[in-house]
Amino acid sequence: MELYKGYEMVIGLEVHIELKTKTKIFCSCPTDFGAEPNTQCCPVCMGYPGTLPVLNRQVAEFAVKAGLATNCTIARYSKQDRKNYFYPDLPKAYQISQFDLPLCEHGWLEIESDTDPSGLKKIGITRIHIEEDAGKLIHDDEKGTLIDCNRCGVPLIEVVSEPDIRSSQEAVNYVQKLRSIALYTGVSDCKMNEGSLRCDVNLSVHKPGEPFGTRTEMKNLNSFTFIAKAIEYEYRRQVDAIEAGEAIVQETRRFAQEENKTYTMRRKEDADDYRYFPDPDLPPIELSEDEIARLRAAIPELPDERRARYEQNYGLSSYDALKLTESKELSDYFESCAKTAKTPKIAANMLITDVFRMMTPEDQRICVSPEHFAALSNLVVDQVINSSTAKKVLKEIWGTDKAPEDVVREQNLAQINDESVLRDVVAAVLAANEKSVNDYKNGKLAAAKSLMGQAMAKTSGKANPVILQKLMDEALNQ
Amino acid sequence: MELTKYSVSELSRMLSGKEVSSEDLTRAYLKNIEAKEPEIGAYITVTGEEALAKAKEVDALRAKGEALPTLAGIPAGIKDNISTKGVRTTCASKMLENYVPPFDATVMEKLNAQHVVMLGKTNMDEFAMGSTTENSYYKKTKNPANTAYVPGGSSGGSAACVAAELAPYSLGSDTGGSIRQPASFCGVVGLKPTYGSVSRYGLVAFASSLDQIGPVTKTVEDAAIVFDAIRGYDHHDATSVKTDTTSSLVDLDKGVKGMTIALPKEFIAGEGGISKEVREATLQAAIRYESLGAKVKEVSMPTLKDALPAYYVISSAEASSNLARFDGVRYGFRAPGSEQCEDMESFYRKNRSEGFGDEVKRRIMLGTFALSAGYYDAYYKKALQVRTLVVRDFNKIFEDCDCVMAPVSPTTAYKSGAKVTDPLEMYLGDIYTVTVNIAGLPAISIPCATGAENLPIGIQLIGKAFDEKTILRVANSFEKGI
Repeated sequence: MELYKGYEMVIGLEVHIELKTKTKIFCSCPTDFGAEPNTQCCPVCMGYPGTLPVLNRQVAEFAVKAGLATNCTIARYSKQDRKNYFYPDLPKAYQISQFDLPLCEHGWLEIESDTDPSGLKKIGITRIHIEEDAGKLIHDDEKGTLIDCNRCGVPLIEVVSEPDIRSSQEAVNYVQKLRSIALYTGVSDCKMNEGSLRCDVNLSVHKPGEPFGTRTEMKNLNSFTFIAKAIEYEYRRQVDAIEAGEAIVQETRRFAQEENKTYTMRRKEDADDYRYFPDPDLPPIELSEDEIARLRAAIPELPDERRARYEQNYGLSSYDALKLTESKELSDYFESCAKTAKTPKIAANMLITDVFRMMTPEDQRICVSPEHFAALSNLVVDQVINSSTAKKVLKEIWGTDKAPEDVVREQNLAQINDESVLRDVVAAVLAANEKSVNDYKNGKLAAAKSLMGQAMAKTSGKANPVILQKLMDEALNQ
Repeated sequence: MELTKYSVSELSRMLSGKEVSSEDLTRAYLKNIEAKEPEIGAYITVTGEEALAKAKEVDALRAKGEALPTLAGIPAGIKDNISTKGVRTTCASKMLENYVPPFDATVMEKLNAQHVVMLGKTNMDEFAMGSTTENSYYKKTKNPANTAYVPGGSSGGSAACVAAELAPYSLGSDTGGSIRQPASFCGVVGLKPTYGSVSRYGLVAFASSLDQIGPVTKTVEDAAIVFDAIRGYDHHDATSVKTDTTSSLVDLDKGVKGMTIALPKEFIAGEGGISKEVREATLQAAIRYESLGAKVKEVSMPTLKDALPAYYVISSAEASSNLARFDGVRYGFRAPGSEQCEDMESFYRKNRSEGFGDEVKRRIMLGTFALSAGYYDAYYKKALQVRTLVVRDFNKIFEDCDCVMAPVSPTTAYKSGAKVTDPLEMYLGDIYTVTVNIAGLPAISIPCATGAENLPIGIQLIGKAFDEKTILRVANSFEKGI
């Protein structure tokens, strides 16, 4: 990554992840997204006078799982605190969170880095704590501002990183890694479009070797694109401000998606004093070594472990292994393919190049069964079809999930490996292109490429490219 | 004898023996309320019609021959900070003038399961903050023993209604003495159970780590009966505790022979501002216990003077957070014109300034200050440390004593209006009761003498955590002379 005017950015992230528990953190209301407003709430989550919170134990267990999967130390004893502030989406006028004794501390994640020479980097995780989500305000031109309490009391974990991140790419890689871990451990579905993963970015700039600068915070970024864009804008804004002799003010800034710019939202001096204190309604959370061990045992193989296994067992490059393990769905799909694929490495290549191209940002589903995809890769391995035909066949079976062998047979797509057939094709192409042949012989080597292309086209792309190339070379160099 | 003279245990026997109907009993109480309530002012809301309907329902059940629980058909007054489904629950505040809870407090569910007849919601200091019931937005309750005096507080309505025979028993809540002090001022029995033994679900919170619901009754036996009816673990209250639930009545009549009762010298020394007659009554009570066969041992409670400031820091801090939800957004009072406010902050300010009374505002400000950045360690954290020390003091005493006896209040009831202008003076009156809440212990206040102006004097007996049985036994011994 290239530094802008010699300044380095320093980033720490706070990521809020909604937990996939069936019921809310302090009552038995469901947590489903998208229900009619105010149909999933009760006196407890609406903060009626006299109601009391009772911790849903699964929330603590999910948070501990997330902590174990990110190499955190798990607190045997932690507590919940009240964060006091007035806002219409917060019915009790305090949020139950964790202040000085969070459930998990001192963890780390390893990510791909574009600033570390090794290409990899460990990002420290300061803490992970549990808290309740607030409701949602809906602004209506006619009716005014309405409150939907369905989200009140939906459980969250907040994952706070150390200021170890030095580029927008690293920030995105970190959030992606965190997301994949949440998906692998099953603690969240991390649907960013539904707001179940939100990110606050703390950013400052400095010249390497000098102390960190003053930081600003950008809140509630809910897509990887916005995270990257907000960081890039804010980085340059701060550098330009400093270069122009202005001081950076500690403040919260809003990222305007339409303009890709950030604007001042609230200055530090207006910041609330949250008056944290231990919530007297909730006893401390105590976890025994046995419970922690049980949760540790329930954690499935994580992306890093899978990546190492793919490299070792299937001979995948570390880039391919990383790409395949980023998403649990994709990785699980690959594992299914690998069961019947003769050469999993070929299947992996095809997944990363051809399948990735078929998916859109809106639709990340793979519309072919893993069995049929493995069979397709086997057709390539067995030289029944070549790789460009494989792309064609993939398009045919995408969504229809036809057997690839049937498509090859029906459309007569089998690769031509017969040398005598291909020799005739080469002879015919050379005969029809005397000028190109002469060009080649006069040293214009590029002419060979065009001849090769014509020969391939003559077989409708079905020629075995290796044999065809060999025959072409022989014929041209006679 | 008039029906309203009987105790709960007598009424229970009479009802099950069909000597009297619940309807007649309820009518007798409603008649009393009609006659005396205008002067006493114990109730904020009287639910006469609902009470009669319920009484008839219970009589019908009994007529069918169903075996009914102890409290079935017996009327009761309920403090107006305990949520009652469909019946407005005001906390004596303008803020909740029209608030009708959509659910019952757990104690109400338990009483309803016993087919209790609720007569109404009793008056109190606003949000249970006060010691005189003069901080009610609705009315001032008079002390039935002498109406020129306050009934104490904050459960002043609950104590006055029992003393004036406007209910055979009532429920109050005790955060720093709010059951025991009015019981003492009005000459009735008040039990503050161990923190965690009665569910707080549905009790509008004042100070969550101190609040506890308990009964106000005519006799110690009645207190045991009502306590047994309302206690027990509740999965809606994470601070409630699973404990032994054998009947509190089993040891009630066993007397005090061989028991050791501690009398901390600081409680009767001058520093608590104790009056001569209260001191005398306390010493007389000690003599009575010795004559009944107990040993009264002088002990020391060095943290007594620290407990009061710690109490006011902790209770106000928790209150400042608990009462933040009353902002006029979802329920309760919304100040006229507040919807025209320019921003949310002025909207909140207007609703809260007009909806809360002075004492409530004072505590919210105290608590907000105590929790503020830079002050937390000096106040709130320090108060929590004092709390640990108070518990340690009690534990030490309980090493060789069965319970502690102490005055409830330094004086008898205050003259109406006497303390209104001096809140600090009023706070000092809580010195003997708050230590119990700070330590989470059970304590019972029983009448022990009558002082000048016909004003009752009480003593309190403080027990080990979850050992209500012992203090009930010791109190019963005093009451019955056994």
